[in-house]
Amino acid sequence: MLVLGPLGFAAPWLLLGLAALPVLWLILRAIPPAPIRRRFPGVALLLGLRDAEAQADRTPWWLLALRCLAVAALIAGFAGPVLNPDPREPGSGPLLVLLDGTWADARDWPARLDRATQALAEAERDGRTAAVVALTDPPAGDLPFRAPRSWEGQLPGIAPQPWQPQDAPGWAQGLEGDFDTIWLSDGTAQDWRAPVLAALQARGEVRVFESARDVLGLAPARFEDGAIALTALRARTDGSRGIVVAAHGPDPNGIERELAHADALFEDGAGQVEVTLDLPPELRNRVTRFEVEGVRSAGAVTLTDDTLKRREVALIAGRDDREGLELLAPTHYLEQALAPVADILDGDLDEVILANPDAIVLADVATLPDAQARALAEWVAGGGLLVRFAGPRLAASEVSRDTEDALMPVRLRAGGRSVGGAMSWGEPKALRAFRDGSPFAGLEVPDDVQVTAQVMAQPDPQLSERTIASLTDGTPLVTRKPLGEGQVVLFHVTANAEWSSLPLSGLFVQMLERLAVSTRAARPEAAELAGTTWRISDRLTAFGRIEEAGNLPGVPGETLAAAAPAPATPPGLYAGEDRRVALNVIGPDTALAPAVWPAGVPVEGLAVTRERPLKGWLLALAAALLAVDAIASLWIGGRLSRGGAMRVAPMLAMALGLALALPGGTARAQQGDPQAETDEAFALAATSETVLAHVLTGNAEIDRIAEAGLRGLGDALFARTAVEPADPMGIDLERDELAFFPFLYWPVSPDQAQPSDAAYARLNAYLRSGGMILFDTRDADVARFGQGSPAGRKLQELARPLDIPPLEPVPEDHVLTRTFYLLQDFPGRFAGNDVWVEAAPPDAEAVEGMPFRDLNDNVTPVVIGGNDWAAAWAVDENRRPLFPVGRGFGGERQREIAYRFGVNLVMHVLTGNYKSDQVHVPALLDRLGQ
Amino acid sequence: MSAIAPLRSRAEALAAPFPALLAGARHLAASMAAGSHGRRRPGQGDEFWQYRAAQPGDELRAVDWRRSGRSDTHFVRQKEWQAAQSVSVWVDPGQSMRFASRASLPRKADRAAEIALAASVLLIHGGERVGLNDHGLPPRGGEVQLMRMAQALERDLSRAPEYGVPNAREIPPGARALFLSDFLGDIDGLRDALTAAADRGISGALVQVLDPAEEAFPFDGRTIFESMGGSIRHETLKAGDLRDRYLDRLAARKDALRALCAAAGWQYTLHHTGQPAAPALLWLYAALERVA
Repeated sequence: MLVLGPLGFAAPWLLLGLAALPVLWLILRAIPPAPIRRRFPGVALLLGLRDAEAQADRTPWWLLALRCLAVAALIAGFAGPVLNPDPREPGSGPLLVLLDGTWADARDWPARLDRATQALAEAERDGRTAAVVALTDPPAGDLPFRAPRSWEGQLPGIAPQPWQPQDAPGWAQGLEGDFDTIWLSDGTAQDWRAPVLAALQARGEVRVFESARDVLGLAPARFEDGAIALTALRARTDGSRGIVVAAHGPDPNGIERELAHADALFEDGAGQVEVTLDLPPELRNRVTRFEVEGVRSAGAVTLTDDTLKRREVALIAGRDDREGLELLAPTHYLEQALAPVADILDGDLDEVILANPDAIVLADVATLPDAQARALAEWVAGGGLLVRFAGPRLAASEVSRDTEDALMPVRLRAGGRSVGGAMSWGEPKALRAFRDGSPFAGLEVPDDVQVTAQVMAQPDPQLSERTIASLTDGTPLVTRKPLGEGQVVLFHVTANAEWSSLPLSGLFVQMLERLAVSTRAARPEAAELAGTTWRISDRLTAFGRIEEAGNLPGVPGETLAAAAPAPATPPGLYAGEDRRVALNVIGPDTALAPAVWPAGVPVEGLAVTRERPLKGWLLALAAALLAVDAIASLWIGGRLSRGGAMRVAPMLAMALGLALALPGGTARAQQGDPQAETDEAFALAATSETVLAHVLTGNAEIDRIAEAGLRGLGDALFARTAVEPADPMGIDLERDELAFFPFLYWPVSPDQAQPSDAAYARLNAYLRSGGMILFDTRDADVARFGQGSPAGRKLQELARPLDIPPLEPVPEDHVLTRTFYLLQDFPGRFAGNDVWVEAAPPDAEAVEGMPFRDLNDNVTPVVIGGNDWAAAWAVDENRRPLFPVGRGFGGERQREIAYRFGVNLVMHVLTGNYKSDQVHVPALLDRLGQ
Repeated sequence: MSAIAPLRSRAEALAAPFPALLAGARHLAASMAAGSHGRRRPGQGDEFWQYRAAQPGDELRAVDWRRSGRSDTHFVRQKEWQAAQSVSVWVDPGQSMRFASRASLPRKADRAAEIALAASVLLIHGGERVGLNDHGLPPRGGEVQLMRMAQALERDLSRAPEYGVPNAREIPPGARALFLSDFLGDIDGLRDALTAAADRGISGALVQVLDPAEEAFPFDGRTIFESMGGSIRHETLKAGDLRDRYLDRLAARKDALRALCAAAGWQYTLHHTGQPAAPALLWLYAALERVA
């Protein structure tokens, strides 16, 4: 092969043909274009006419050049030109095909096997022996060099493993003999690569192949600010790339499915991207794994364990909150301790038990009503954890005094005791180290934790076994007893700092964790897992699939805590006594980086060859030139008559157009900015007259009804009031400016798309600047407002980002009841009662002698209801009602009231609280001296 | 027959709008055939002319007894002497007539035959006698003659000359003649024919049928022009240059034809195959009706 710069020629001797080009030039030049033979009766008249000039007896130079170029292209094309030729020379000696065999390989595994097959085929052609080895599963002893063909049947049996090679440098250095290596690397930087490469290079030539595809990884999920945060990693950082991270888990029926997903975009140059998934606790606790969609690799999957499950804890305080004294509140420290790691439920005990939390904390609650106590005991017996804290009330009460209360672990002495105080003997007591068998075993006891007061347990036979923490003097500090499947735990001190400094210390948080009141924030430490045995229940394959692990030997806890994925500790989900720990391929600290190879090592893609043969292109060029030549020759020879030219011209134009269109249609007509023009037209249309507007929901039927409704309302306004609105307009929240419209009607449908953040910013600006939105869930016939109809839920979702003040049902004296008509209720097509407006300020009071209060001084930003007003207002083109309302006269009356509500609403929007100002009429008249 | 029907039917369709044509005749006395031209004197014919008193020598059966019975003398019924005009049609059989520059145009020969047959249809409807010169069809009347003419015109003469030359000798003296050709060949033959015709008292009309390409000469580039038979050829390197000179020669040829006709008392018209045939037939109608 002849190589000229980046070009190589497979048959270079053909290029000698180029030398014949000048000869061809001369020959072509000497031959005039062939004449056309024409039958022509008038030839008799032509006889004897001589040509005035002999123009076309010689081919024009440009036609000659065209032909020579075509011939040159043909010659060069057949000479087999190759761009970036690979001057591969057949090697000799054994060939080692080395695969990394890690999880990062899994995604391109078939391509790797193809490449290995090709390498084997080459080796066979060259008469070499070969061995195929995966670094994650290296053969013991010598390399098994065999005939390449015998390997082909074995290739499918080689599978990637979800861990990194173990002691690869040691294995490589133990190799003997001379052999060349083809290394199919997974493309990630690993510290064992350099020694392995050095060992292989000592044996012979090494060529490296890497996939062009990126390696993606997903770091374990963690909690950040109440949401699940995931970090996606990639090895290469060039170019931006979007991924979808999906959360999988069982649905309420136990069927595995995708629970949520989020998009993420690797910026150009960024090696990692943060993904945040804000899931409701219910959903979050069901997630079993996260994965990058469409990537078949264990690295793109991260299993979740108990660290992600947040427990629901209910806090019940026995004392009323004393406002302003938060630090003394019984539950303050509990809230501080639990808020980051658990979901805290508020509410009455009745409601809380119904919610079935994981734990209920009773802070200084002494007596419970019988019904509540029974329910609570039932809940505990069903597996609940009841944690009680003592306090003045408990100490003063008769609970569990003579007989042990079902909900108390021990009997209590009357009154409790106080130590180390001003009125008592002795020093404040410290904590005794936790003994083995206590759930707190292993926790460090800080010196500064002191107890100054406690309730005392009655000595009972079970007292010692129920005590799980005690003071230095042996008195129990924390006691526990099982109750059914659950347990009751009593802290003999208060949950605040009144009786002890325990709630101020970090130990308090750890104790709560140990009690599984809260969830631990991080992976369990080795010390904590010491002595436990863990058994893998679900195994993660290199391809990112989760399989039953079968019977594998248990793993000691301390090993597991420090383990990286390895044959002995395969990645997966490990189950212990009462919790599960996930071992993921990618740990929290794993970084992905592209492998860096020394300059001397040739690195190639997995593609079979990157050579680019140019033969086809050159032959195509020659064909194109010859086609041009044909047309040009016709033209020169006068064979393209005028009519012929007409026929050929469109074909030429088409061919040219095709050629120009192929490079990607970059030629795009540049015009003026049409967006600005439409914006201006829109603004003019919206502001020339008063325009009622409705939000386009994307549902054509709802939008049509909304428009028809506003048309009907506009007619009513036109006929009855001074407001003369133009035709209503539909508003696209994403695109249109809202400031032009005094009033937006927003029909809520469950399938509506959530507006973007930018749209919400504009909506909020609109509401703040005096706009009004009438939300209509249109379901007052089936659902009362706020009671969880689909549209109601959608409304909550839609309105959450909106800047909406506190609301209340329309009070009787709201200005909406009298801006034009006097109204008591606000029916639409349905006559639901609940219509909500901005709440009156708490200090609004009726002036003496006035029928209504002096309420808000501005327009309510939202009116929310579900009466389907648009349907009641809706008229068709002939101004006939579109929808029936009620029956008979009553129905028509309802429609009339609906119109009156609409009139009042628009009047309220346009005149504000003008009618409210009537309260001042007497004062004004008085001031005028009448 | 399938080849005949189109020409005949085309010609009939072309002739349909015209009334029957009586060719103008000057020297009908020389033409002895009976026909429909009344001579305003007694003779052979079908139409009644006059009664005259019988004279000795009149055949007894010539006496009109009904007229004689109303008087004392005998009367003989005489009829008007009627004679038919003979028209000889010559359609150029030369190969040059088989040219059409575009597929959408008829060949010149087809158009010439169509016009000729249409004129014949009109003449025969008028009672005249029509014949085809050069085809061995002497002038006769009747529908059968039309069929013969159509057959003769459709017949392709394989060994036809490049350019046809009319022959006046076959035309009866005093008859009318109609020549249709492109007249692109040697003009001497035509001159001889017209001279001979004028000598024998034959007058008529020339219709020059040309293809549009022959008028426009839309050629360019290196070209070898060949006659239809291929016997004449002319090579040029730049056909476009020849256009003007060719058109000059064509105009000169037309002028020569006009001059010849004027000298011989004939009439001349030019017809292009790109145009409809009806105007040419209308012109012919007028030309043949006239007594030159």
